[in-house]
Amino acid sequence: MRIVFKTTYDRDIDIHEHWGKRGAYLALLAVMAVLPFLVGEYYLAEATNTLIWALAGMGLMVLVGHTGQVSLGHAAFLAIGAYTDAALMNAGLPFLVSFPLAGLAAGLFGALIAIPAVRMSGIYLAIATLAVFVIVEEMVILLSPITGGVGGIFAPTIEVFGISFDRYAELANLYWLVLVVVVLVTWGYANLMRSPTGRSFLAVRDSEVSARALGINVTRTRALAFGLSSGVTGLAGALMGHYIGFFNYELFSIFISINLLLVVTIGGLGFIQGAFLGAILITTVPQAIAIFRDWANASLGVDLGGIPGLDTMIFSGVLIAFIIYEPTGLYGRWLKIRTWWELFPLARKDMFRRQKSYLKTERMK
Amino acid sequence: MELLQLLFGGIANGCIYGLVALGFVLIYKASEGVNFAQGDMMMLGAFIALGFGNADQMGWAFFLAVPAAMACMFGVGWGIERVFVRRIFGQPQFALVILTIALGFVLRFVAGSIWGYTPLVLETPFSGVNFYFGSVVLGAADLVTILVTAILTLLLWAFFAYTRIGLAAQAASQNQMAAYIVGVPVMRLNGFIWGLSGVVATVAGVLYATKGAIDPNIGLLGIKAFAAAVIGGMGSLPGALLGGLLIGIVEPLAGRYAPGEFAQMSPYIIMLVVLVTRPGGLFSQIQMKKV
Repeated sequence: MRIVFKTTYDRDIDIHEHWGKRGAYLALLAVMAVLPFLVGEYYLAEATNTLIWALAGMGLMVLVGHTGQVSLGHAAFLAIGAYTDAALMNAGLPFLVSFPLAGLAAGLFGALIAIPAVRMSGIYLAIATLAVFVIVEEMVILLSPITGGVGGIFAPTIEVFGISFDRYAELANLYWLVLVVVVLVTWGYANLMRSPTGRSFLAVRDSEVSARALGINVTRTRALAFGLSSGVTGLAGALMGHYIGFFNYELFSIFISINLLLVVTIGGLGFIQGAFLGAILITTVPQAIAIFRDWANASLGVDLGGIPGLDTMIFSGVLIAFIIYEPTGLYGRWLKIRTWWELFPLARKDMFRRQKSYLKTERMK
Repeated sequence: MELLQLLFGGIANGCIYGLVALGFVLIYKASEGVNFAQGDMMMLGAFIALGFGNADQMGWAFFLAVPAAMACMFGVGWGIERVFVRRIFGQPQFALVILTIALGFVLRFVAGSIWGYTPLVLETPFSGVNFYFGSVVLGAADLVTILVTAILTLLLWAFFAYTRIGLAAQAASQNQMAAYIVGVPVMRLNGFIWGLSGVVATVAGVLYATKGAIDPNIGLLGIKAFAAAVIGGMGSLPGALLGGLLIGIVEPLAGRYAPGEFAQMSPYIIMLVVLVTRPGGLFSQIQMKKV
């Protein structure tokens, strides 16, 4: 067990408690940076996809994990980001301009939605975002001169200062670009969470009434969280558009929204690391199922590919198991394991027991 | 005349939305939880009725098959509560939303692997029977839908307003701890309510199936029904029906008189407008915000 001896007040709000943890993250970053030299094309593409999902997951995490607002419509912001970026680039703007503009457009739209949405809470907000998603989806079809409608739109190759970031020809470059964006956003996110703004997000999540009593402008905080969340998701959408290359409205279905929600819940609500773990899970499980299916076909002679919808079924099963047995997600489980080892013989079984809350509503009928 | 025809079809459709919404409201009223699998329960109910009733399946008489399906779905609803929902008792609302979304996929998979993904038609005694009033055609199926919905809503309303169990369910939802203390078996009650909402879903499913073919993806109708429940104000039975009727009527009218995609969007636009202007729904039941 390590004892952290704090000599200044600043150390209380450090992102990493001590150099051991900081070093671990630096090592991870170093490995990620040299990944294109270590693995083949296929795994590099998967890693890029995972990073993009992690970015989108971080976008939703601000909202769901740290501000306590559930959104079922985040695919809408992915779509806005992707379409804005692709349309602006098709209009001749360079990536360095269109990419931030895509995030800005999604963020502004999110903030605009947030003005009515912050009046709602809990389940009503989730439903309102679902409605927004459906409306955005239909708008994409309606605005076919910009979005290509049902036919789809082509996301041009990124080129910055003469360096090509083509999805197929220069995959390593695209990977590095995504990595840089993800690292910058993560760094900003981690620092945001220790700033007064981030703390006010947490306060709003834990108790709105108390937050208000402490002088936090709840409406503003929630709108800000909504805007930030949709902005980051928009950035992820823009990258996703470039990663996929050619897409239409079907890419951003309701299932993407649900998948994003899975990323944050399975990963661990309220932890930035959770967004990454969830993204890893969501991108590897379909691959694992495919590998398992091939294996079953080859060695057992069972053709699982013949059963439609099995993938979704297994996915749902994983999700149900997580909700029931590990509501704190993968990162929560890891924290428990770590604490158990740190305290080694002293950990008690009841240490992580959740406090149950009893329902008390405001309804009178 | 065309307007009348659209209106009538809209009311019949709206009744189905309303019935699915009633299922949402039942569970919301009893446990303040939202069952996103309600649409899929409707789908499963319709398929079970089809499995019992159709000549090429088990071939029971229609009026035997439907109650049998209702009984089965009571079991399914009760089972879902018993096996899954009870496990997450005391966790935030949000957990139930995700759980039921996942359960919806599971139900869809179950129905798909038993009955396949090609659309099937439920054989009913009143399919193809029409009444003519001038140039307006009234399908017998539509009339039955409206009638059954009206009766069911009244019954459920009376159940919550007058019976012991209904009152206990309301007590449990307003303050679980206090309900426990005065001796309400909250857990068992929740199981019963989930079963009941399975039964309502079956009725909705069978009525839906009288109007056309069904396949495992009709559960997506649940999202629209959800909008209906929200418009009425979650937790209000007449509100849910009214919300369903509103959506059911506006949809075909928008499809006829408004351009392009508006028919698809209209339920959600209505819902957003209601949510923004009256955040608690038309029949709001939230009277004050407590700490």
